[in-house]
Amino acid sequence: MTTNTKQPTNMEQFLEGIWKQNPVFVMVLGMCPTLAVTVSAFNALGMGVATTFVLVFSCALISLLRKQIPKEVRIATYIVIIATFVTLVDYIIQAVSLALYDALGAFIQLIVVNCIILGRAEAHAAKNPPLSASLNALGMGIGFTIGLLALGSVREILGAGKLFDISLFGANFQPWVVMVLPPGGFFVLGGWLLFFAWLAKRKEARHGK
Amino acid sequence: MENETLGQIFIITLLSSNFVLAMFLGLCPFLGVSGKLETAVPMGIATSFVMLVASLCSYALNALLTHFGLEFLRLISYIVVIASAVQLVEMVMKKFSPALFRALGIYLPLITTNCAVLGVALFQTARGYNLGQSVAFSLGGGLGFTLALILMAGVRERLKLSNLPGVMEGTALSLMLAGLLSLAFMGFAGVGVTR
Repeated sequence: MTTNTKQPTNMEQFLEGIWKQNPVFVMVLGMCPTLAVTVSAFNALGMGVATTFVLVFSCALISLLRKQIPKEVRIATYIVIIATFVTLVDYIIQAVSLALYDALGAFIQLIVVNCIILGRAEAHAAKNPPLSASLNALGMGIGFTIGLLALGSVREILGAGKLFDISLFGANFQPWVVMVLPPGGFFVLGGWLLFFAWLAKRKEARHGK
Repeated sequence: MENETLGQIFIITLLSSNFVLAMFLGLCPFLGVSGKLETAVPMGIATSFVMLVASLCSYALNALLTHFGLEFLRLISYIVVIASAVQLVEMVMKKFSPALFRALGIYLPLITTNCAVLGVALFQTARGYNLGQSVAFSLGGGLGFTLALILMAGVRERLKLSNLPGVMEGTALSLMLAGLLSLAFMGFAGVGVTR
């Protein structure tokens, strides 16, 4: 990040979504799917991959069409493009893994209203060429998946004593059931945000010295 | 699911499976607008109205699309209908209450991307509700959303006066609060279920 050039390189745009602008922990976007589907690490991974797919392809298409889309109807156009890809993903998941489809339910279709995708389309893809737009979208998608996995694995380990359905603690483990119930989602995400806020504070204090 | 009475659906979506606190729908406005009571109430009412309109429209649309065998267009048509409904509410609000229109600001057009609104449309389709059940479902969902928003705003107004450690400020605290509220709403589990 020390370069003086105005134009960030493709690599930087890719990395931006993974750490500096992580959609889950830094920007706190796309909360609904984040909390609703992360009862297990497997669901979290499935949701992350599905969202990444939609994000990359819709951003690439929007970026290709950015000079054709009239400014007045751009949001409507973006939403229709995103909805098309979500419909695709919905049918693909149904064909590939029915178990995942049943677990995620209507939340696959709710990817349409995930603020991350519309936010990226508006803030980045509408202004940049396809390559940079898709790299940035891919970074954001991976960042989102990492965030989901971080939540999903903590909730699955605490709430069920498993990770990716592999039992970790043996039969004597007493599961902390509230963690896989709705309140657990809020608590775990709140905990992660506290952790990152604490990290940032500590870094600030060090730089101050 | 088909045998639930209207009252049951309404009570269940209002309390035990509250849209915000149990199903995680509509969290962005829930965290964004719940700072003050005076914006929380109109936001809740506007969202409930859009939900009712969206529910009615999507019920009609679904019947039409199923008739022509075009189910794959469902999602796209729902979202377009919702976007138009939001535009309508926005225009009405701008005409009758410009102050409120300014107070809600960016969150008003964002109702379009509120998962709760699209959620109503998608869940009622997935559960095969009929017209009456859909209306009860959307009313319960909308009022439940408003209820959660008001509760949260009340707590957050009090919290502004209290002394907090620096790390806790911001979204982390709101999420912890939402977790506690959600825990409280779990006490409603079983309400409205026939034995």
